[in-house]
Amino acid sequence: MKRLSLGALRGRARVHAVRGGVHPKDNKALSAECPIEPIPLSGLLRVPLQQHIGAEAEPVVAKGDRVAKGQVLAIGRRAVSAAVHAPTSGRVIAIGRFVAPHPSGLPVATITLRPDGEDRWADLPSPLDPNTATPDALAERVAASGIVGMGGATFPSAVKLDLRNRFPLDTLVINAAECEPYLTCDDRLLRERAAAVADGILCMARALTVDKVIVAIESNKPQAAAAMRKAVANLPLDARVIVVPTRYPMGSEKHLVQALTGRETPARALTAEIGLVVHNPATAYAVHRAVRHGEPLISRILTVSGRAVARPANIEVPIGTPIADILAHCGGTLGEPARLLLGGPMMGLPVPSTRAPVVKGTNGILALSAAECRRDEAMPCIRCGTCVTVCPSGLTPLELNARIRNEELDGAVRIGLLDCISCGSCSYVCPSNIPLIQSFNYAKGKLAAQQRVKHQQEETKRLAQQREVRLERIAAAKMEALKRRKAEMAAKKAKAKAQEGAKAAAPLETAS
Amino acid sequence: MSPPTLVSGPHAHSMSTVSRAMLLVSLALTPATALGCYLFGWPAIFLFAITIGTAVGAEALCLRLARRPPARFLLDGSAVLSGWLVALSLPPWAPWWIGVLGGAIAMVVGKHVFGGLGQNLFNPAMVARIMLLISFPVQMTAYVAPAPLGAPGAPGFLDGLAITFGLGGGATGGFDAVSSASVLGHLSTELGRGASLEAIRASGAGLVELSLGTVAGSLGETSAALLLLGGLLLLVFGVINWRIPVSVLGTTAALATLFHAIDPSRYPDAAFHLVSGALMLCAFFIATDYVTSPVAPLGELIYGAGIGALVYIIRTWGAFPEGVGFAVLLMNACTPLIDHLIRPRIFGRSRRGKPLTLPAAGDSP
Repeated sequence: MKRLSLGALRGRARVHAVRGGVHPKDNKALSAECPIEPIPLSGLLRVPLQQHIGAEAEPVVAKGDRVAKGQVLAIGRRAVSAAVHAPTSGRVIAIGRFVAPHPSGLPVATITLRPDGEDRWADLPSPLDPNTATPDALAERVAASGIVGMGGATFPSAVKLDLRNRFPLDTLVINAAECEPYLTCDDRLLRERAAAVADGILCMARALTVDKVIVAIESNKPQAAAAMRKAVANLPLDARVIVVPTRYPMGSEKHLVQALTGRETPARALTAEIGLVVHNPATAYAVHRAVRHGEPLISRILTVSGRAVARPANIEVPIGTPIADILAHCGGTLGEPARLLLGGPMMGLPVPSTRAPVVKGTNGILALSAAECRRDEAMPCIRCGTCVTVCPSGLTPLELNARIRNEELDGAVRIGLLDCISCGSCSYVCPSNIPLIQSFNYAKGKLAAQQRVKHQQEETKRLAQQREVRLERIAAAKMEALKRRKAEMAAKKAKAKAQEGAKAAAPLETAS
Repeated sequence: MSPPTLVSGPHAHSMSTVSRAMLLVSLALTPATALGCYLFGWPAIFLFAITIGTAVGAEALCLRLARRPPARFLLDGSAVLSGWLVALSLPPWAPWWIGVLGGAIAMVVGKHVFGGLGQNLFNPAMVARIMLLISFPVQMTAYVAPAPLGAPGAPGFLDGLAITFGLGGGATGGFDAVSSASVLGHLSTELGRGASLEAIRASGAGLVELSLGTVAGSLGETSAALLLLGGLLLLVFGVINWRIPVSVLGTTAALATLFHAIDPSRYPDAAFHLVSGALMLCAFFIATDYVTSPVAPLGELIYGAGIGALVYIIRTWGAFPEGVGFAVLLMNACTPLIDHLIRPRIFGRSRRGKPLTLPAAGDSP
């Protein structure tokens, strides 16, 4: 049932309270007024086959092949995976492991493409009309276009669109909170291409078969909110823009859903289980390109910022462009940056190497000066409790840290380690500069490793037991066979004897 | 630059530091301290300096023994602050060795025996105060009437030295002090003698004098108004939150109001309790000590209410006229238990830690 209120009429709605959070300096002014610009094609593009959560894509081209722009390079065969396409036309010159932005820091299977400069498109699939196409056709198109969550989580979008088959959904949420400091790529996208994003929203709503759409934008992006209000007004959907308070981590999926609806997603569950699916606006834009133009995901908009970069910018970059080329395009760095990051300063990862390429989930490249990422040496915890106050998940970070330092990992899990979303609010406010997130990530990694070992041991044990059972069965079968043969032999012997006896008797008969 | 793969997010920091918090607390204590030093003159100033000096010296020694970098830890200001709080809780004309013992006990027994910054179970300043009170009850209850700096009859610089260092012989160094009981001490003695509350209150200081602090008492506890001002500063700067002060003051006030209503001739009203003794100092500066108070919001409320109740109980029925020190130490001892039992509710889970159940279909707003 729909409820009408004055707030809803004005396009403003009450935002529900969310616990915790911090207000880092947003530093968005560095790049917020820089329009999205193109970048010249690099001499070499490195396209990793693992740019998403899930299984690595499998290459369908070979070294030496000529490929056209948008042609499939690798396909995802597993349930959770995503295809990878050629960002431009050219020749595949190598398929092998190469440094890539991956949390593990390990090299990833990569297809290296030497552009031929023609930028010649492949034959693209024909455009779809979201109002007439079936949800399955739309989801299939999204899957075939290799679209993943472009806010940074890189979960294959088609899998999320298929959630309608598993849960009753009612609302599509577009997460344009962009709560990470410095990043302005979503802001620029909404300001400059609002109509396309709105069309992407329509495509996704049709694929999910929901009618209600909420576009959530933080209050520090009024122009983006105004542009989106105008754009969604024309949609044949119950769509509205809700301005949420500027507070990190407002863009955390479950917390955003709580702010928008007051509904709290149960621990370890998906937001879809309470009826909402959350997508990023850049994903909506990619869906628009895929559905309306048949174009796969081969480029993305990202923010280059930080006080150690000569010219902050928002750039539309072909996937696979080396980070070094992007920095060079922005006038290079001012001296050696104290830290080079992919993503925002709160949850971003250090750049493994400037030779690494941009991938589908790269929303920012930050070159931070020493003053921007200063962090003093860690001191003992003074139990000030600020980390408890700011934790959006209601955890007690100081106690988690104490337990982890004692290697009491099970104890840390009991008080909620696995409910930590690694947003970094606790580390951000800690007056003693304790690297809490590092400690939690260590513990999560160690637990995962223990789990793997345990799984391996169990699997080994299971296989060994099966082998034993099999061997016993074989032995039993052999025994059985031997017995049967014995019995047969005995029977044969007896028969032979009987025949012999008969033969012996016969001459007697004939003799008589 | 460290190897990039070894740095972990977040790559930004709020720039809040332990020293900033300590500095702000010191700043907030300054008005009440300045008034105390003015009212009780040179002896108070000497005692204040001696206590802080000893605390810092003791901390430096302990850090040296523990092989920790002294400069980094001393600069956080926690030793200065602990010494400061000890000084504020001493009778202003107490001899020098009370200050030395106070500073040293706070740092060595109160803090470093437990492992230094952040490890102590009890509030160091209150450990020092209570140990001194029990060991030297005479010196620790020898209060004097205010004798402001420069006022006729007030001790001068040299008299002050004589009083603090006991040079002229006798408890006050030969100086003719106007000794006076603290307000709560007076109340307790007189009630014990069977005097009626109205008579006692009429003979003693009024509420205005008690709030301003122009009465006998410990060095920095007398001016409820200036302590409240300092406490509000801490709230405004976000150094502390409202939960502990409000629950301490609220519980004491509620109990006082209740018993005052039952028997007004025996139990003073809430206003009297709030402005007398060390309650205001305790509510904003002592009970709120980060290290020794619980970290969860609900835990803070329980802890504050516990202190407020114990203060009232000790003041009203205990052997000591003032119960702040004991109340804080007793609740400090409960802090680990409170922290263990009371944690915030985890997002998506019930208070017991089970995942929330999914709402029934059609339950959407």
